Parts: sequence; C-alpha cells; structure tokens
Amino acid sequence: MISPDKLPLRDSGAMPSPGKPPGPAVAVMAVIAVAAFGTILLWVHDQWSLLALAVAAAIAVAVAVRTGAAARVERAFIAREGAMNGVVVAAFLVAIAVLARQDFSLLILSTVLLYCTACMGLTVQLGYCGVLNFAGAAFFGAGAYTAAVLGAHTATPHLLVVLAGGAVAGLLGSVLLLPVLRTRGHYAALITVAFGIMFRSFLEVNNTLGGPQGLTVPGMTLFGWSLSQGIAIGSVTLSFYFNYALVALGLAIAVYVVTRRLERSWVGMHFDAVRIDELAASTFGLNVQGLKIVAFVIGNVFVGMAGAVFAMMTGFISPTDFDFSTSLVLIAIIMLGGIGNLWGILPAAAFVLILPEKLQAIQEYRFLLYAAAVILVLLYRPDGLFPRRLRRYFPPKARR
Amino acid sequence: MDIGFLAQYVLSGIMLGVVYAMVAVGFTLYFGVLDVINFSHGDVLTAGAFVSLATYLGLRAAGVESHVVMLPIMLAAGLGAMALLGLAVAKFFVLPMRSAPPFITLLITLMVGIAIRESIRLFYPSGSNPQSFPSILPKTAYHWGNLIVRHDTLILIVTGVTVIALVNLFINRTRAGLAIRAVAQDGETAKIMGINFQWIVLLAFALGSALAALAGVMNGLYYNEINFGTGLMLGIIGFCAAVVGGLGNIYGAILGGFLFALLQTIVVVAAPSFTAYKDVFAFGAIILLMVAKPTGLIGEVASERV
Repeated sequence: MISPDKLPLRDSGAMPSPGKPPGPAVAVMAVIAVAAFGTILLWVHDQWSLLALAVAAAIAVAVAVRTGAAARVERAFIAREGAMNGVVVAAFLVAIAVLARQDFSLLILSTVLLYCTACMGLTVQLGYCGVLNFAGAAFFGAGAYTAAVLGAHTATPHLLVVLAGGAVAGLLGSVLLLPVLRTRGHYAALITVAFGIMFRSFLEVNNTLGGPQGLTVPGMTLFGWSLSQGIAIGSVTLSFYFNYALVALGLAIAVYVVTRRLERSWVGMHFDAVRIDELAASTFGLNVQGLKIVAFVIGNVFVGMAGAVFAMMTGFISPTDFDFSTSLVLIAIIMLGGIGNLWGILPAAAFVLILPEKLQAIQEYRFLLYAAAVILVLLYRPDGLFPRRLRRYFPPKARR
Repeated sequence: MDIGFLAQYVLSGIMLGVVYAMVAVGFTLYFGVLDVINFSHGDVLTAGAFVSLATYLGLRAAGVESHVVMLPIMLAAGLGAMALLGLAVAKFFVLPMRSAPPFITLLITLMVGIAIRESIRLFYPSGSNPQSFPSILPKTAYHWGNLIVRHDTLILIVTGVTVIALVNLFINRTRAGLAIRAVAQDGETAKIMGINFQWIVLLAFALGSALAALAGVMNGLYYNEINFGTGLMLGIIGFCAAVVGGLGNIYGAILGGFLFALLQTIVVVAAPSFTAYKDVFAFGAIILLMVAKPTGLIGEVASERV
C-alpha cells in the first residue's frame, strides 16, 4: 500500500520521514488518552488539580509535537478515517457513560457537542465556500426560539422540531441571500453583522417571544420517552443530561457525516474553487451564486438544528444567549481550530468552552482570554491550531 | 404634531448624527489608507470616554473645581491616550497582518476590541456598572414654545460639526492630508514618491482614534452616563454608516452617520408605539440599502484586478 505521505500536504516538510505506513495503535492510544483526559477534566472540581491538568496537557501536547507523535496520529487519521471516526465516537460514548451521573459535566460536554455542530455549519459557509457569517448566534437563536414556540404551543414530534429549527434558520438566512450575494468583502460582513444585531434587538423588544426575560422551553420527548427525566437503572438514577448528551452526540455525528460527504463530493470541490478565486471559478463555468446559496443555507440549517437541541436541553433561552459575542465565539472556535478543518473544531470548542467553565478563577476573565488566545493564534499561526490539509484527490484504496 | 416637538426630534437626531458621523469618519480613514476594517474602533471610543472620566475624577481629587480648566485637560488626556492606543493597534495588530486576507484583520481587530472592552469592565473600579459622567457643560436652555434647546446640546453639535469640518480640511488641504489620500489611492506608488507609508498609516489611525475618543466624551456629556459597552453599539452603527456611505469616502461617512440617525428618528416620530423597534428598523433599512447600492451610496469605483 502506498502511504498517504506521498500525497501533497501543505507542510509535508514538517512531517517525519515517510517509511512504514502509520499504524493505528498510536492514534487509538492518542484518542484514548485525550478522552481520558477530557473525562478527568470534567470530573474534578478542585481548582489546583485543574490547573495541574491544564499544565500537564500543555506539556503533553508540546512533547507530542516535538517527538512527531502528533504527526503520526494525524497520518493515521488520514489513512484510516472510517475506523478512527468510530474510535472517537466510542471514546465519546465511554466518556458519557463514565460521567453519567454528573449533571454539570454532561451539560458542558453536550454544549461542546452542540457548538461543534453549529461550527460545522459555519465551516460549510466560511471554510468551504468563503461566505462570511457574523450572525451565527442569530441562526442558533432562530432554531432555539423555534423549539420554544413549537414545543410550547404545538404537539409537533420533537425530532421534527429539531428539523424545523434548522428549516426556520435556513429560511431566515434566505432573506439575507440577496444582500449577501450582491455585496463582497467588508460590505458582505456588514450585512451579517447588522442582521445579528437586528435579530437580537428584535428579540429584546418583542413581547410575544418573551422579550428580555426569554422563554422557557419544554424538554425533549423522543418516542414517548421524556429526556428530561433521568434513566433509573436499579437504584442508580442517571443524570437527565445523559440523554441530552447522547442526542447532542447523535446530531453532531449526523451533521459531521453530511458535512464530510459534502466536502468530498463535487459540490465541495466547487466550494473550494469559489472560495479560492471567485472569478476563476466563474470562468470555468461554475455557478458561483448558486454554490454560495447552497453553502449559506446548509450552514444555517446546521446552526439552527444545534440551536433547537440547545434550547430543549437548557430549558430556558433569552436574547442574551444569542448576542454578537456568541457569534464571535463561534467564529473564534473555527478560527482556532483552523478554518475548514472539521476535526479542528472539537479541540477548539473544548478549549473555548470547557476551560472557563471549569476554572472558576478565570471565569470572570474568559472573554479577555478568548480575545488574547485568538489574537495570539492569528499573529503566530494565522491558519489556526490545526490547519486544513490540502484536498486529497485520491483515497488510498484507489491508488493501490 | 406640534412643530416644537418635531424640532426637538430633529435636534436630537442631529446630535446622534454628529456622533455617528465622527465614528464613521474613523472607519473610513482606516479603510482609506489600509483597506482594512478596524473593529476595535468602538471600544477605543469607550476607552477614551473612560480615560476622560478618570481624569475628571483625578482632577476633582486634586482639588480642581473650575470646569473651564477641567474640560481641556480631560479632552487632552482622553484624545491623547486614544491616539496612542490607535497607534499601538495599528503597529502591533493591523500592520503585521497586511499580507493576510482582510477577514483576518477584521477578526483580529474585533478581538482587540473585546480585549479593550473586557479590560475596562474588569479593571476599572466597578467597571461592570454604568458610570455617571459629569455634566460639565452649562445646563441652561433656551425655551421657544415647546422647543427646549439645551446649551450643552448646542455646544456639542457645534463642536462636532466643526471637528468634522476641520478633519475634512486636514485631509483635503494639508500636505499630510495629501499624503493620506495618496496612500489611500495607491500605497505602493505613494511609497515610490517618497511618502513614509508606515508613518501615514499610523497618523491615520491616531487621528481616527482621537476622533473616536472625542465622540466618546461627547456621548458621555450628552447622556451623562457611560458603561463598558457604550462603544460596542456606537462602533457597529459607525461601521454601518461608513459602509452605507461608501467605504473610503469621508463625505460618505458623514452622510451615512446622519442617515442612520435619521432612520432611527423617523421611527420614533412616525410610529411612537414602535419606538422600541427603532434599531431593528434602522439595521433592516441598512441591509435593504446595501441590496440597492452594494458598494455604498457614494460608491467606490469598483474595478476588478485579475
């Protein structure tokens, strides 16, 4: 088998010399280590242990990068993507099972998964097609408010409510299609910024939607099973967030699969072409406007679905959950992860969301820390922590 | 409706417009010289207001009572500090990113803005609460029927208009202004002509930031209250105004500023029951305007270089 090392990777110079094909063992161990680390991080509450964990993680990452282990893990992921995805999902399931009785930890974990889902939507827009969206929170909120209204006033099955949340966000985004398509660059950025602010101030003053006080959202019921009640196994009652963590994981997996398929398909190739050079893409006969529409709408649908589940999980939403700074957090996550790199989203979201929640000492300073972290990354690693690799045109099997 | 009330609204609309226009002029200056959006602009405005407030409190503590003495010192401190902050933003965050895509600059300045805003919230004494801004200008007023014209409002409007006119003169009539316009037109050629590119960029950022600080102080004097988030909304409105007017065009920025104030005031006057929706309406109208005029009212002449 020809190893994928021969394929053009952007910084192949930094890769260790290609020799033997990467074994999955290192990668599996890495996933287990990261999952164990994440679980412990969510488990402990003592501030000093948390600090020690953070320092240990920083050292471990530095060592892994130095010794080339990180690069080997990455190559293993590329070579055996399907299997590795399975390993990661299994790791998540184990972590959720271990934390099954911890409300707060599971809430954070689910929030990370839902933010990842929303960020995958933004990745389709910005990372693949180059459509800038500074109103991520607005579409997240559109899904959330849809869930609140449908849940309170109708008997719509809750799986449909999630889809409806996506549909409403997609429709709401369609209103912006004309302005987004007609404008470019900074002018296009203005459109989404203005829309995000407009959406937030609309929610604040609209009393039907609860005004500044917000709305309560009924919990999710799937197939007659209320997720807001913990499962009881014998004498042990699991946290009800256990159920939501599973739902969030399911949604994240579904969106991941669709996004990956999209990226690998001809649509994804066309997205890349549009992003890299619109003019060149149009001279090759690509329907630039159509592709941008597809990316924008699909992205918003993903964000809206995540928002709907988020609302049903937290049980309460208010306009402050969906203000401009939330949009910036979403952008900061995909930026930190490396724009366009789906796997980069997960560590970035975990970093941005878990650390401030757990380290209460720095909670007050969390926005300052985000800002500082993103500024440092932009100055010293403008491609993000995990830059997206160049597209591989031939999967390993086809080259055998 | 009574003509006096109408005039009152017009007056407050003009006041808003002056502040918006001053913020927008900053955005357009930055865009002119470097083709970047500096999103920390609004937070620089807040910081300017806070520096002036701190100066005021310091002077009070030092026993200075005369408002005539205080105001120039407050302005000097606020404007000077923000000019330096603007220089620092340009030097450390904007200039190093010149070769990166414009989106990156936008993002980094957004983050710098958050850092400034959060620093005010966390490190200014009880900075997360609104701070009362001293009313230094005379509180007396003219009365014409229903129309009440406060002297401080008049002074603020006249100051704002004068400053905008001076900036305009500076850009269009002085050698430094000529250099700014040259850099705006073509940075590389300007360099060949012996213009110190970096110096001009820094000058534009210092000028824009000082303008923002002045707008912040004026805003504080008008409302007698500031908080750490004051500049966020003003910055976004200023950005909208600059973009709708046409980025890089100083007249466009002024036009955009007054247009935004007009849009907000129209709602209040024409549909008082929808007053709460004035921002929704104004931003919605801006989005629609962008559909009609994708490069602003006084648009750049777009030319695609391949």
